[in-house]
Amino acid sequence: MNIQIFFQHFINGLSLGALYALIAVGYTMVYGILKLINFAHGEIFMMGIFFTYFAISSGMPWWLGMAAGIAGAALLGMLIDKIAYKPLRNAPRISALITAIGMSIFLQSLAIVIFGGIPKSFRGVYPEFFNKIFIFGGEVVEKRGREIVINATRVPNITIITFVVTLITFLVLWLILFKTKTGMAMRAIAMDTKAVALMGINVNQVIGLTFALGSALAAVGGILWAGKYPQVWPMMGFIPGLKAFVAAVIGGIGSVSGAIVGGVLLGLIEIVSVGLFPQFAGYRDALAFVLLIVILSFRPAGLMGKKEIVKV
Amino acid sequence: MRKFFVVVLLAMLLVPATFFAAENEEEVRFSAVFSMTGAASAYGRMCYEGVELGTELYPTVLGKDIKVKVIDTKSDKVEAANGVRRAIENDRAFAILGNIISGNCLAGSAVAEELRTPMMTPSGTNPMITEGKEFMNRVCFLDSFQGTAAARLMTDLGNYYVAVFVDVEQDYSVALSKYFQDEFKKLGGTMFMEYYKTGDQDFSAQVLDAMSKGVDAFYMPGYYQEIALISSQAYDSGFYGDLVSSDGAYAPETLSIGGKAVEGLYLTALSHPDAPLTNKNAKEFQEAYMEKYDGKKPSAFAGLGYDAYLVVRDAIERAGTLDKEKVAKEIRKTKDFPGATGIITINENGNAEKSVTVVTVKDGEFAYDSMINP
Repeated sequence: MNIQIFFQHFINGLSLGALYALIAVGYTMVYGILKLINFAHGEIFMMGIFFTYFAISSGMPWWLGMAAGIAGAALLGMLIDKIAYKPLRNAPRISALITAIGMSIFLQSLAIVIFGGIPKSFRGVYPEFFNKIFIFGGEVVEKRGREIVINATRVPNITIITFVVTLITFLVLWLILFKTKTGMAMRAIAMDTKAVALMGINVNQVIGLTFALGSALAAVGGILWAGKYPQVWPMMGFIPGLKAFVAAVIGGIGSVSGAIVGGVLLGLIEIVSVGLFPQFAGYRDALAFVLLIVILSFRPAGLMGKKEIVKV
Repeated sequence: MRKFFVVVLLAMLLVPATFFAAENEEEVRFSAVFSMTGAASAYGRMCYEGVELGTELYPTVLGKDIKVKVIDTKSDKVEAANGVRRAIENDRAFAILGNIISGNCLAGSAVAEELRTPMMTPSGTNPMITEGKEFMNRVCFLDSFQGTAAARLMTDLGNYYVAVFVDVEQDYSVALSKYFQDEFKKLGGTMFMEYYKTGDQDFSAQVLDAMSKGVDAFYMPGYYQEIALISSQAYDSGFYGDLVSSDGAYAPETLSIGGKAVEGLYLTALSHPDAPLTNKNAKEFQEAYMEKYDGKKPSAFAGLGYDAYLVVRDAIERAGTLDKEKVAKEIRKTKDFPGATGIITINENGNAEKSVTVVTVKDGEFAYDSMINP
């Protein structure tokens, strides 16, 4: 493998990793305040793509359609919290977890009933500049009547957009978490829910907002995902959701910066290892979990998680 | 008094039985046990269009009316087996048409075999479907021939170093890649495998790996969802070699998801409406279909449904009797039958020896390219 090909794998891995990171942050935020692994997160990601698809197909300009998709996903996240998780706030944690798995299956089936099981094409939904590809280096040759640049590094515009959007999104998230009262309330709930409630803060409202924020991030990830892999179907959220969960745990679940690091790391390792050992490409999902086991056995709290001292 | 009631009751039970038996002699019953809903519903519905057209053009056999009843398998293996059993035991079907996809055929044909009833699938391509069976037959080609044909197509296009993309979760893909490999090596080609599994969305690493080894072409036996994504990622990575896929990608989704990336993609397909068909049935079918469906060209699957119906009907006509055993033997003596999808000869194993139709994507449409004969 020469350096140019390695560099290309690296870029592909980074762009996949950025998408994982966007989804992982939603997982980690909900876990941080509720200690609940929201398995329906991957389905919110999928629903966000469907909302965007139908909004733009119905004639909205693309930017408005994207905004509608994000808003739809945020509302859906809040709704799920209100219907499924809120009645279980004081129930054992395992009940909430099983409810989350049930919610995930329910949303998948709902999407099959409403949208049908046949994948829909996402091609032509976004304007053409999303699909532009920047080519660095290489030489131009003529093959089969088509001019082709070989031995070049190719950076699709969607990859650049993914980086930029991811960075802006995280900046906004940081501003919300550290510069607003709501953000402060979120961080406080993560530390001690009871004390926050005693201070007169509406805990359920803040939790609802956290779900909205996390779901909006999943939708942003979904919108970029559909630009990169141009199809949408009801089962598409499951594996990206699981991978993002792994990324969140690797980074240290509950830690936002950990989720970002975990996501990027997972995307990079996945692509580069498939590039190095193509014969094991069928096991790439398993690889994510092996990585998880290895990291957890050395750092049980994840890469950036805090060690918790538990009184026994 | 009680005895009288028993007699009356028995008489009431007997009356409908004799009534049905009498009706039975006036018509011949077929059951189409098809995937009308579920994952393969698109294929099932297209096949059924062909069967319906067949009953309109050729409604009788041995001077009796043919009645076709459709039973939905929901594309499910268990439902396929139950459907065949229900058709034979409750509806007293003389012959079964179906099932649509290979997995369902394997389940359904076992029941038809047990109940000794002739069965004909329009579209199940897996070699195991007819293996060791007396009553199960098909009017389509086998995957073993499809893989061989793909290898010949590859070398005809001048490609001798090829990356094969295998979906490790689909028996269909694994089997096709093996048949391809056997023939391709004989023809002097070298190849290696790139693996993925159903539902994967990122293939950039495999595509890049194959390209860095300098291959001439990709062979991608699989289903449309993944084929469309591999093609578009190959296009984005600047791959300019040939792309060859199988009949699993012969669906409109390949075109809509693949966009300009699938332009020039080759498929080994069951048939194509523009294929040069010389026999009278093919023309008759195409004209009748276009008349019935407002000028729409028939799909490959409609033609196969039509052929499945006609081949069974023809075998009954030749046998001259409504004896299931004799008709089952007669089906396997079908020789040079002029079908809607080409000339059909069914060998002693119940398999049709048919040509593969090469289809290519031209200007965003599936276009006829050439035929590969066995």
